[in-house]
Amino acid sequence: MKYSYTKKTVLGLAALMVAASVQADEFTKDDLERWQGQFMEVVKQGRELWTSPTLGTNGVACAQCHPNAANTHPETYPKFQKQIGKVIPLWEMINWCLRNPLEGQPLAADDPKMIALQAYVTYERRGVKLEPGKH
Amino acid sequence: MYHINRSRRHFLQTSGALALGSTLPISLVELAFADEKQNFTFAYISDAHIQQIKGNRFVRNWDRGLIRAVAEANLLTPKPDFVMFGGDLAQLGSAPELDHGAEILSALKYKTRYVMGEHDYYLDLGAYWEKLFGPQYYSFDHKGVHFIVLNSIRTYDDWTYHRWPTAEQRMLEMAGLDNPNSSPFMVGEEQRQWLKKDLAKIPKTTPIVVFSHSPLQKIYKGWNFWTEDAEQIQALLKPFNKVSVIYGHVHQIQYNQIGNISFNSVMATAWPWPYPQAYAQAEQYLPKLTVPMNRSDPFFERDATGWQFINVANGHVDLNYLLPENTDRSVGFDKAAKKPVDAVYQSEGARIPPQSHF
Repeated sequence: MKYSYTKKTVLGLAALMVAASVQADEFTKDDLERWQGQFMEVVKQGRELWTSPTLGTNGVACAQCHPNAANTHPETYPKFQKQIGKVIPLWEMINWCLRNPLEGQPLAADDPKMIALQAYVTYERRGVKLEPGKH
Repeated sequence: MYHINRSRRHFLQTSGALALGSTLPISLVELAFADEKQNFTFAYISDAHIQQIKGNRFVRNWDRGLIRAVAEANLLTPKPDFVMFGGDLAQLGSAPELDHGAEILSALKYKTRYVMGEHDYYLDLGAYWEKLFGPQYYSFDHKGVHFIVLNSIRTYDDWTYHRWPTAEQRMLEMAGLDNPNSSPFMVGEEQRQWLKKDLAKIPKTTPIVVFSHSPLQKIYKGWNFWTEDAEQIQALLKPFNKVSVIYGHVHQIQYNQIGNISFNSVMATAWPWPYPQAYAQAEQYLPKLTVPMNRSDPFFERDATGWQFINVANGHVDLNYLLPENTDRSVGFDKAAKKPVDAVYQSEGARIPPQSHF
C-alpha cells in the first residue's frame, strides 16, 4: 500500500513537470523584464508615498527632509540606533519618522506601503556597497 | 584674521539658555573694518517654511524654529544693526502662511529686511509677499557697505507662465526640492540690467554684500543648489574689491571663494538638508573649501537648524553659526588666504566624524 502511494506521487510529480513544461532554474529575458517591471512599479508607489502630504497627519512629506531619499542610508541597516539603544532594521526607523516629524501612525512591517517606501529608498541608493552597522 | 566677538555667544549660553531652555543655531555676520568703529553686525534668519495644515493649525516643528530664532536674536547684545530674513518664509506661498510667518517675525526688535524664496513666490509670483515686505529686489547702504537684495529664484518664462494649469500646481511643482518637473533658478535679464545700473554708481572700493535665496554659484542642479545665470552675476560683481554673497535655500553650511567673491550660506530654522553628495546618483560640485556641518540627529528636532550672527569686518563677512546640540561654527574671511575658512575645522586633520557625509 505504502509503496504504490509513493510511486503514484512520483508519477504525479513527473506529470506536473511535463504539464508546466518548465525547469526550476531557468528563466527568460522576458521573465527578467517582468520582474524588474514589478519591482519598479513598487518603487514608483514608494516615490509617491515619499512625496505625499497625506502619509502623516500634518502635511509634512518624507521628501521634505530627505530629497531623493538622501541621508536615509538603507545600506547601513540593521544598525545600532543610539537614540533607541538597540540594533533595528530600516523599517523601524521609518516608523519613527512617521510618528514624529509626520505626526502619523506607524505601519506594519509587511504593510505594502512600508515595503514600497523601502523599495524606493533602497533604489535611490543603488550601486552603494552594503555597510551594515555603519554610523 | 577675522574677529569674532565670543561674548555674544556667552550671553546666549547664560541668559539665553535660562530664558529658552536650550540653544539654537545662530549665524552671526560681522563686517569688520580696519577702524574697528566702522565694524558692525547683523543677524540672518532664513528658511522658516511656515506650513499651514488647515485653518489656524500650522506645523508645530517649523513654527518653533522661527519663534526661537526671533527670541534669540532679540537677546543679542550688543544689538545687531538689522536683521535679514533670507527667504522661504512660507511652505506653499499662501497668504495664511505668509501672514503667520510675518506675525512671528513682527516680534523682532530690529529693522528687518526680506529676500524672496521660491516657496514665497510661485503661488502668486510674489504679489502678496510684496504687499507685506516691499519690492522683490532692491539695494541699500549701511555704514559704508552697499547691500543688494536679488530675487534669484525666478525661472524660464515658459515654465512660469505656460506650463501649469493652475497657480497652486505651479507652486507645488516648485516646492518639491527633488521634483524633476521643477525648473532651474535664475536672476534673469530684468534684474541683471537693474543690477548693472545699481552698481554703476558705486565706487570699486566700496564693500558689496549681495543677498540671494539661491547660491549665485553652481553646486547641484537637481536640487536647485544652483542659479542658471550665476556666471553673469559674478561677472557684474567682478570689478569690485570686496564682494560677499550670502544665500539661503540649502539648509546647510556651505562656503566658497570664486575670484574676488566670497560665498557663505546660512542655516534654515525649519529643517536641515543632506549635502548633495549624500545622493548617490547625483553629479554635484560642493565647494572643496566647505567643511560640512555635522550630520543631523533627527531625534533632536532643532539639530542642524539655526540662524546666523554676521560680523562685517574690513568689508568682509564673518559668519557665526550657533548650533543646538552641536559645537558652534565660525566661518570667517582669512585675509592671508583670501578666502573664507572655518576657525577650527578647516584642515583635514581637524575634522570630526559627524562632519563626514555619505
